[in-house]
Amino acid sequence: MNAAVAPSGAALKLPGFWHRALHHRSFVIGAVLTLLLVLAALLSYAWTPWPPNDMDMANKLAGPSAKHWLGTDAFGRDVASLLLVGARASIMVGVIAVGIGLVVGTALGLLAAARRGWVEEAIMRLTDFSLAFPAILSAIMLTAVFGAGIVNAIVAIGIYNIPTFARITRGSANAIWSREYIAAAQACGKGAFSITMQHVLPNIAAVLIVQSTIRFAIAILAEAALSYLGLGTQPPQPSWGRMLSEAQTLMFQQPLLAVWPGMAIALAVLGLNLLGDGLRDLLDPRLARAR
Amino acid sequence: MSLFLLKRFATLLGTLIGASIIVFLVLEILPGNAAQILMGPDADPTAVAALATKLGLDQPAWTRYWHWIGGLLTGDLGDSYSYGSPVLDLILERLALTVPLAVLAMLLTTVIALAVGVTAASRHNQLGDVGLMGLTQVGIAIPNFWFAILLILLFSVKLQWFSAGGFDGWGTTWDERLAAFKSLLLPALSLAVVQAAILARFTRSAVLEVMREDFVRTARAKGVSQRAVLWLHVLRNALIPVITVMGMQFSELLAGTIVVENVFYLPGLGRLIFQAISNRDLIVVRNCVMLLAAFVVIVNFVVDVLYAVIDPRIKASDI
Repeated sequence: MNAAVAPSGAALKLPGFWHRALHHRSFVIGAVLTLLLVLAALLSYAWTPWPPNDMDMANKLAGPSAKHWLGTDAFGRDVASLLLVGARASIMVGVIAVGIGLVVGTALGLLAAARRGWVEEAIMRLTDFSLAFPAILSAIMLTAVFGAGIVNAIVAIGIYNIPTFARITRGSANAIWSREYIAAAQACGKGAFSITMQHVLPNIAAVLIVQSTIRFAIAILAEAALSYLGLGTQPPQPSWGRMLSEAQTLMFQQPLLAVWPGMAIALAVLGLNLLGDGLRDLLDPRLARAR
Repeated sequence: MSLFLLKRFATLLGTLIGASIIVFLVLEILPGNAAQILMGPDADPTAVAALATKLGLDQPAWTRYWHWIGGLLTGDLGDSYSYGSPVLDLILERLALTVPLAVLAMLLTTVIALAVGVTAASRHNQLGDVGLMGLTQVGIAIPNFWFAILLILLFSVKLQWFSAGGFDGWGTTWDERLAAFKSLLLPALSLAVVQAAILARFTRSAVLEVMREDFVRTARAKGVSQRAVLWLHVLRNALIPVITVMGMQFSELLAGTIVVENVFYLPGLGRLIFQAISNRDLIVVRNCVMLLAAFVVIVNFVVDVLYAVIDPRIKASDI
């Protein structure tokens, strides 16, 4: 991600924004897929084709049919229902893990840009340390100590997000701080805090929105991988990653079981990535031209 | 240049020390009583106390930290609790699988990414470009362990060309080595596809950028063919940003081996870490995590240095 200065986050309110958005291919595809993901999770609270933990043992490992649209697993549970409920885990992990990274990382980045000097140096070196631990690695450390579970997985992914947001925020914020209107604001006697809140933050909002979308996708992938390893979402809560690990042992009996959850993950991630790409083009026209 | 190297090396050491402190804090201080974790919650208190003394847990934290660091430097990592053998031997044995796997995956990543990226750039905004870039979007979205499962479904379950997992060691004869290589091929491919998709996109934009430069027009005007310009002149100049991304990807690949080794039941470092967690073998976890973190930091260091060698404009002041 380049540290270029983004235009104001107010771009979202421009009258032309929605017009351009609706003509932007990746934005539209991404928005539709992301909306489907959210709708699937919301729908699962109100309705699923079958209760997700209902075991229809007479029809276990069945292929797709009118009764069970995507077939059933080894316990006769309806795969379509499990997928709908599994969307909740993905969204929850994405929202919280990105939230942790966004809040803490952005705060650190803004502080680094506002204070410069040793504060900036210390914060940046701290992000260096944490970049040495990919999400899976920090999740493994946390699980080794506290045991497997969704909370540890979320915390691990969140911690991994902090340095990314800190670096991007600091880069973009530094560019804003060198602008003339900041010097003008300083001349008017405004302090570093109010300049940060009134001028810097609104001007880097677009960069943060785009980054959050992309990080959301990465969080979904990380949650799936951790749950696949048994370190993330625990039974009986359905999760796409764990469905895949269960399906792997049944590949010879019902190979389709290993196809659906992966497809759900891929579509969710694809949607968020396309949405992020689209938002970047729409919110920062200069970057779009450069591509 | 030497000042740059010196500064960068100091940062490397600092980062390694910082990372080791983090690993030590998380795995040694946070758990409270590591002996209790090792033996499980139901263990006999006197046995726990005995193990704590054996592990040196009655000594102050900084003594234990120095002991560990001293061990890291002299190659004495202590004994594994669950395997009963020296941790160093365990790790070295597992690296014989993980390092070739990661290198093979990186090789596949590079070949696929350069081919796709340059091809797409040479057909900028035409059907081939749009199609290839669409494919890379899908590639980025696919979880590597799912792709691994799909590969097993196709090549092991349906076609039965490859075994569904396992690794019998490198062996001594060429047949055995070929078999070992074959069992690493699907895992490496599943690691590579996702990273190749990312790298292909970077390659494409880097190539497009360079194609606008004057020397490219000059080369064409001199009569060098489009193909030769693309693969010899443009690609070479586009490699600088591509190499940076490759460095970052190598750490992703290393982290990815943890997952993919578990999909294919490969006895590598990733599987060792995973089993060590199940066995609550914190000594193994600590050293493996530190090793992987050190790999990541050192690769980034090498990339930075390489970057400075390729592009002399980068100076110490940039760090």
